[in-house]
Amino acid sequence: MEEKNLICINCPLGCPLTVTLEGGEVKTVTGNTCPRGEAYAKKELTNPTRIVTSTVKVKGGKLAMASVKTATDIPKGKIFDCVKAIQDIELEAPVAIGQVVLADVCGTGVDIVATKNVPARG
Amino acid sequence: MREYDLVIIGGGPAGLAAAVAAHEAGLKDILILERDNELGGILNQCIHNGFGLHTFKEELTGPEYAGRFIEQVKKLDIPYKLNTMVLDLAADKTVTAMNREDGLFQLHPKAVILAMGCRERPRGALNIPGYRPAGIFTAGTAQRLVNMEGYMPGRRVVILGSGDIGLIMARRMTLEGAKVQVVAELMPYSGGLKRNIVQCLDDYGIPLKLSHTVVDIEGKKRVEAITIAQVDEKNRPIPGTEERYECDTLLLSCGLIPENELSRSAGVDINPITNGPTVNESLETSIPGVFAAGNVLHVHDLVDYVSEEAGAAGRHAADYIAAGCKAEDHKALPVKCENGVRYTVPVAIRPDAAGENITLRFRVGNVYKNKKVAVYAGDACIFSRKRPVLAPGEMETVILKTSLLTDHPEAEGITVTLEEA
Amino acid sequence: MVDIVIIGAGVSGCAIARELSRYKADVLVLEREEDVCCGTTKANSAIVHAGYDATNGSLMAKLNVAGSLLMPELARELDFAYEQNGSLVVMMSEEDRPALNKLYANGVANGVEGLRIVERDELVQMEPNISDEAVAALYAPTGGIVCPFGLTFALAENAAHNGVKFQFDSEVTNIEKIDGGWKVSTVKGDVEAKVVVNAAGLYSDKLHNMVADDNMTIIPRRGDYFLLDHTTQGFVSNTIFQLPGKYGKGVLVAPTVHGNTIVGPTAIDIEDKEGTNTTQAGLDDVRAKCGMAVKNVPLRQTITSFAGLRAHEARHEFFIGEIKPGFVDCAAIESPGLSSSPAIGRMVAGIVKDILGLEVDLSFDPRRKGILDPKTLDDETHAALIKENPAYGTVICRCETVTEGEIIDAIHRVPGARSVDGVKRRVRAGMGRCQGGFCSPRVMEILARELGVDQSEITKSGAGSELIVGVNKDAI
Repeated sequence: MEEKNLICINCPLGCPLTVTLEGGEVKTVTGNTCPRGEAYAKKELTNPTRIVTSTVKVKGGKLAMASVKTATDIPKGKIFDCVKAIQDIELEAPVAIGQVVLADVCGTGVDIVATKNVPARG
Repeated sequence: MREYDLVIIGGGPAGLAAAVAAHEAGLKDILILERDNELGGILNQCIHNGFGLHTFKEELTGPEYAGRFIEQVKKLDIPYKLNTMVLDLAADKTVTAMNREDGLFQLHPKAVILAMGCRERPRGALNIPGYRPAGIFTAGTAQRLVNMEGYMPGRRVVILGSGDIGLIMARRMTLEGAKVQVVAELMPYSGGLKRNIVQCLDDYGIPLKLSHTVVDIEGKKRVEAITIAQVDEKNRPIPGTEERYECDTLLLSCGLIPENELSRSAGVDINPITNGPTVNESLETSIPGVFAAGNVLHVHDLVDYVSEEAGAAGRHAADYIAAGCKAEDHKALPVKCENGVRYTVPVAIRPDAAGENITLRFRVGNVYKNKKVAVYAGDACIFSRKRPVLAPGEMETVILKTSLLTDHPEAEGITVTLEEA
Repeated sequence: MVDIVIIGAGVSGCAIARELSRYKADVLVLEREEDVCCGTTKANSAIVHAGYDATNGSLMAKLNVAGSLLMPELARELDFAYEQNGSLVVMMSEEDRPALNKLYANGVANGVEGLRIVERDELVQMEPNISDEAVAALYAPTGGIVCPFGLTFALAENAAHNGVKFQFDSEVTNIEKIDGGWKVSTVKGDVEAKVVVNAAGLYSDKLHNMVADDNMTIIPRRGDYFLLDHTTQGFVSNTIFQLPGKYGKGVLVAPTVHGNTIVGPTAIDIEDKEGTNTTQAGLDDVRAKCGMAVKNVPLRQTITSFAGLRAHEARHEFFIGEIKPGFVDCAAIESPGLSSSPAIGRMVAGIVKDILGLEVDLSFDPRRKGILDPKTLDDETHAALIKENPAYGTVICRCETVTEGEIIDAIHRVPGARSVDGVKRRVRAGMGRCQGGFCSPRVMEILARELGVDQSEITKSGAGSELIVGVNKDAI
């Protein structure tokens, strides 16, 4: 039996989790104060995921950049691919919060969406 | 001079939440004054996620979180002025401000909410020796350049200070193509949230060196190298522990300072620990009718709590005006901190003026394990809660039932303390 | 061939240029940095010494007293910040009385007006924060404080207004005698001049040695300082020195013309002429010494620390004169160089005038108007200004309340600001407690717009100090 310590990143409480594993499988999770902690521990040790936030350029907007995010979490290993995938994107203003910037980024099934309203200039 | 019921200085998260709450409490004659060119304050540059779990029960980015409040302000038709700098606040609440359209103007509100936020401690205030080349930025300045303007302030980065903005910028710079070599922290513990150490540093293999500081900055035109060293218990660098990093950028995330120049000019009493106004349970400062909330009051870790606090300030301001702007003469119990509790907000509680619950927020001065947070009314313990870990980087909140205080009319004061669990 | 080349656009070079602009002559100022006042002039105590300190009979004593006397009128003519706040040299032990009397006598001999010794009771009246051990002090009512940037920009702008040309980023690499003058080689090409003035500060030895028969060595003498927030305004009102004596040599504590408090300097001889780095030891030294003559110095209010270099020469004397026909040295200008600068300008210009037999230019305009600071206006005028030019309604620097209007003015002056530091030194944007944290991106934006360049070209202080290295994701 193997034991691992994690910090839950779901919320600012940052609960210290203790996870026991057997044959790569999560057996018990302790230290969490809510069910999301257990779910996080299981995922973190089998398929860790993260929400990625970044920026893309905007043409003709009151701001030069619009912030974006992955609509939900994507596999940790795809973070840099995801950033590369939006490297050359240039949106036309206006941009609205929630607008899909890039669908199904890197085959994750997750969309990149805008997180900022950027009105058109003038 | 224009009369207003309520003028809110600052259109960031605190100002917006205060405006919405004051409006919902029945106050209609409100004006928000914002110095930047859009509402939302510093949230506009905080493009990372992690906001709103408490307020909206979902995880939002900074601009999305601000967007929710901006939408409400617009829907409620609460007036605001952008690019407007408040130059002076007088003791009689006269607000002198300036912008391009209105020029120099004065307002005379019945109540004022201070919501100016905070600023970052600059290199100069840290007395880091060395040259003063280009390439030294506070984390927040770098955040603005990268997230709002799309400019990279550097390629190879050393970060001093492990405040949340510093941790967040370590990840941001990495994802935008920079190499973050190390985060040095003077204290033996991080000033940021644990989750940020995991997802901003650990995820990217960026080392965090506790009890380390910058001892030299090289480069005459642009930063060329940074030397860090370990410090002893008096925070003095230990000779022989120096490590030199070739880099072009030093980011500083070494603490936030509430921006209380206007509060001071009005004569508002300032708590030397928080650098924010001293307030009572209604978030009212030493000047009746002047309220404070958010980072101008004390630096928060979570915007959700800023919104909550500012909402309360907005409601109290509305109550103050509804009650005819009179300073009420209630018995006030001073709140004392003991055993590692550094400060509390509020510093005084008037049980007779409080609603059903009283929110006490505080920070501890060191990392403590297996302690109990206890609150006393006089000698009677009225609240206690076990805390496995308490850290200076994480604000603590205690919600007290006001009845617990009114049950102890003999109490002359309140004490917040840490005890062995 | 131009008539005169002045090498160095520090306070000496600019003072000389301004004095020479009174005459009919082509004057060119060559400067290795991107702006005026980037060397010794940029980082010092910002004070005008009354002149009691320099050895009686020396050129330093003569020019210091003369410069100090000229400063008030110059400040009126050229509209820069100067204040006669008085200075005190504080004696910490009765044992040191002979030294204080000697300083007094030296000052009287130098011609310093109004000098007197004040005893403890009066001293405490004058300076409530004076040390409990202070016994007496030499009081010099003509001691002053000045903005070294403001003084130098004023001199340079007035010189430019009267026809002097400035060429920046032009480090001199060689000087050669030619027929009827000198060939001055710079990194930007050669210039020929009938007369060359060497006002190159820390590098005046290098230029001197290019033409002279002897060898001069300028030693960079570093001084570390703390600058405190203007919340400390009124902590001291006079410039306070400590009389060197039983307890060693102290550091000065002085107000600045902008309401800050300055504390320092150390005096450490170094080798590197670019060694403007503060050190832990230097800052600790200032910290330890500043409390000698004044108690409870509010160092917690520090907004920045910095180091400056004085151009020290072993003889500790200004070196001014024509060393070869048509080559004039203005070298070894260390403290009290700033105080002496109006007199240095006159003296050197006089030498050059005599060499070339220059004629007075009747069109010379001695007046220069400084950059308008709207804070100094009454409300009505202020409102009218914003109405006429809305840029004065937009605050860019929050800490020092600097508007866009002032920054635009600074950029379009001649010579104007081309960098973030150039703006900072002219209008104080970024000079406050947040040290440019909020305003530097805005200042960069305004500079780029007004200069018609991309924001990535904007520097902190000239080529090589670019603030932005690229755009997001350009290197992933």
